This record gives sequence, C-alpha cells and structure tokens, in this order.
Amino acid sequence: MTAIEAGWADPRRLYAEGRAARTLLDQAREVIADGLGVRPPEVSFMPGGPAAVRAGLEGLLYAGRRRGARIVATAVEHSAILTTGRYYAAQAEDPSWFAEVPVDGVGRVDLSALEQAAAVPRTVVAAVQSANGEIGTRQPLDRAHELCLARGIPLLVDAMASLGRDPTPSHFDVMAGDARSWGGPPGLGVLVVPERTRWRRPGPVSEIEHGRTDVDPVVAIALAAAEAWHQNEATRLDEATRSLAIIERLRAAVGGLRDVDVVGDPEDCLPHVLTFSLLYVDGEALATELDRRGYAVGSGSACNSSTLQASHVLAATGALTHGNIRITLPLQAIAPNLDSDVDRFIAELPAAVAAIRSHLGASGL
Amino acid sequence: MSQIQVDARGLRCPLPVIRLAAAAQESAAGTVITVLATDSAARHDIPAWCRMRNHELREVSEVSEVSEVTEAPPTDAPLPDHPTYLRFVVVLRPHGPNASGGGTSRARWSRAT
Repeated sequence: MTAIEAGWADPRRLYAEGRAARTLLDQAREVIADGLGVRPPEVSFMPGGPAAVRAGLEGLLYAGRRRGARIVATAVEHSAILTTGRYYAAQAEDPSWFAEVPVDGVGRVDLSALEQAAAVPRTVVAAVQSANGEIGTRQPLDRAHELCLARGIPLLVDAMASLGRDPTPSHFDVMAGDARSWGGPPGLGVLVVPERTRWRRPGPVSEIEHGRTDVDPVVAIALAAAEAWHQNEATRLDEATRSLAIIERLRAAVGGLRDVDVVGDPEDCLPHVLTFSLLYVDGEALATELDRRGYAVGSGSACNSSTLQASHVLAATGALTHGNIRITLPLQAIAPNLDSDVDRFIAELPAAVAAIRSHLGASGL
Repeated sequence: MSQIQVDARGLRCPLPVIRLAAAAQESAAGTVITVLATDSAARHDIPAWCRMRNHELREVSEVSEVSEVTEAPPTDAPLPDHPTYLRFVVVLRPHGPNASGGGTSRARWSRAT
C-alpha cells in the first residue's frame, strides 16, 4: 500500500512525483541486483517470469542472427521456451531450428546429448533451467555452461523455480526469474543480461528498462518484489532447511502408498517441491478431492490441463502421468501452520486415494 | 501362451491402464496382452505401468486406419470411430519381488506415520 502511494507516478517524468517513483524503482533494482550478484544496469524488470524468459531467448537469437537461428533446450524447459522454439521452427519450416535435449529418469539433462546438440552448426542459444518447478530436479548448470562456452554458445538459464529457494545461479549468460518464487507479487519478471553477453532486443529501439522491453514496470510491484527479496534473504537458509524436512516427511509418507511413482531426483532437488503419480487414480479427481479438504495442490495429469495433454515434464522423464499430484510448499511467512497442515495432509491422503481407486473399480488391482 | 486383447479406445486416463491391470490380474505369466488406446496419456502411462509392475513392453506402435485408404476421403466423409490409435504389446512376467504393492509398502507407511 505504501508502495502504491509513493510510487504511483510515471518514473520517466521530471515532476517531483515522477522523480520519487524513479528513485523507488532504482532502489528496487539495486536490491534485486545485489541479491542476484549482478550490477543494477544488468537487471530489467519484465511483465512476468515467462515474459522475461521469452525476452531472454529472443534477444539472444536476435544478437546471434548472423551466425544462425538454431535453439537447443532441455525437454523439461518451461513452455515459454518450448512453445517459442517450436514456433520458430514451424515458421522456418525446418524442424532442425529447434532441438529438445532428452533428460534421464529423474529429469536431469543428458549432458553428452546437450554437447552434441550444441555442436550442430548454426546453433545460437542453449536453454537450461536451474531447477524444474514441477519435479524439483536441479540441472548441472556449471557443466552445461562450460560446454556451451567451449562452443561460443550463450546459455540462457530459466531460474523461475529456484530464485529465493536455492542459491542464485552463477553459471549463465542470460538469466530470467519470477518474483513469485521468492514470495514477491505476481506480474514481475526479472531479466538479467550481464554486460559481457551479446543480447539485443528485436524490434524498435526502446528506452525502457535498459532497452530490454517496451512495457513500463509497475513501480509498486517492483518495490513489493524488492521488499519480498529482503525478507526472503533473511530467512532463506532456515526456510530451505525447514522445507526440506517437511518434503522428506512427505516423501516417506507418499513412498509408502501402494503403487506410487515418486518423480524427480530425491537428493539433488529444490527443497520445497514433491511430485508423485498414483496408479489407477484420476489426477483431476484427486486434486479436486484434496481441494475439497482444503489443500491446493497441482497436477500434471492430462485430465487436469486445458489441452488434455499430460505434462511434458512427466512425459520426458518416463513417469506415470495419470494420478499426478504436485506439492509446492509455501514460504513460512505465507503459511505459518505448515507443519500441522502437512501432518493433516499425510493423515488424509491414503483415504482420499483409496476412495478414488474404489470409485474406479481399481481397489484390488 | 495365451493372448488377450484389451480395447480401451475412446477411454480417458486412467481407464486404459485400469483395463490392462484388470486383464493382467486374471492372466498367467507369459500371457501376451495387446492394448489399443486413443488417450494421449496412454503413450506414457502404459510403459510406466509396465516399469512399475515389472512386465515387458514388447512393442508400441501407432495404427492409422486412414492411411490404409488409398484415396483421400472427402473432408465431410464419415471417419472411422478411431482413425488413429496406439497399440501396445505387453508380456506378463511372473510376479517377482519387484512387483509393487501389498505388504512391504503398507509396513513402510505405518512406520512413517
């Protein structure tokens, strides 16, 4: 509220209110840049995480347009990357313009396949996420960056799932994030373009956000994101330890259910995400049943998506896609009663699952 | 060696896998089950079921009845009920220690609570 009162004016205007808004926007940028370990001019505020990711990709493509136009991305990237890559390949009527690099059974990129894909001539960008928001698996950014560097291909890192939960990535040429991951407001993406990186926004020259967007950031939202970063930074280690302990408790409980496929790397993963699929369970029915009991969980099952397609992440790892449930733990500031809520969830889950299996006539299978 | 066909075309997930599991429950090791499905999730879930239950997935293929027509039908011609579908060939293995379910998982569950 204070942020809205103080920062309502247009930061590009020269009257006092405009100058005040500019100062606040600059302060927000300094906080975020400092937290991400980069300089303020390297940080641009974008209208949301996926928009930041897409802008990151498009700027690298445009900067590399004389060398080629081929994009390489892991098969578990965010759809902001995958749909953009497929779109360009379809526009060019050449499927080789976009290569999806396979992942293993826990969702970790196959580095030798990444190396091979990056070695194909006319490749100009490789996209590897810091960690997967659906299944939690972290990617080996240090090694991915090393093999990209060796070929002169910039590495785009989508850190939308990990910022504020995990240490900030240091191996990237362009990085994008979303304020929601550190407890900030929706509608604020962050694009980090270090000075050393060749990046250029396609389209007419813009003076907004160091020329990296043509959409003015909402000062109040940027301020709220910076404030959330401050709070998150102070509690990050405690938060991660606490989340991990709860996830381990959930993992043990879920692993004890009959016919369950727990997805993702159990060790090298985000501290707050757990995804599992249950045989003979309808994901939509289970998510709805859990919602009725007061738990907001996600599902990557086909029946739960608008496209009726199963999650591409589950498919890429070879996981069971039906009966899928994704638990993302909220930050302590948002959910002070998390421990007891999780106890209740663990106690109620088996009955909810059994009810759906029995409804589908699958109890004894 | 007996052969069974499970026609799950037109059924949404998780029903194709449930039909397959029901057929498998009544069949001996070595039985070859052919599953036909149109649901896109079956492409991932039948292989995942085979992995979780330790059965062999011998073959996955996409069958297109439209392609068997030599001349392209006019667009308003009635299409077959399931012009394209997936066909899986599963061979049941004996229920070994890897087959999941039952006693041990239940015990782990009680300990966890």
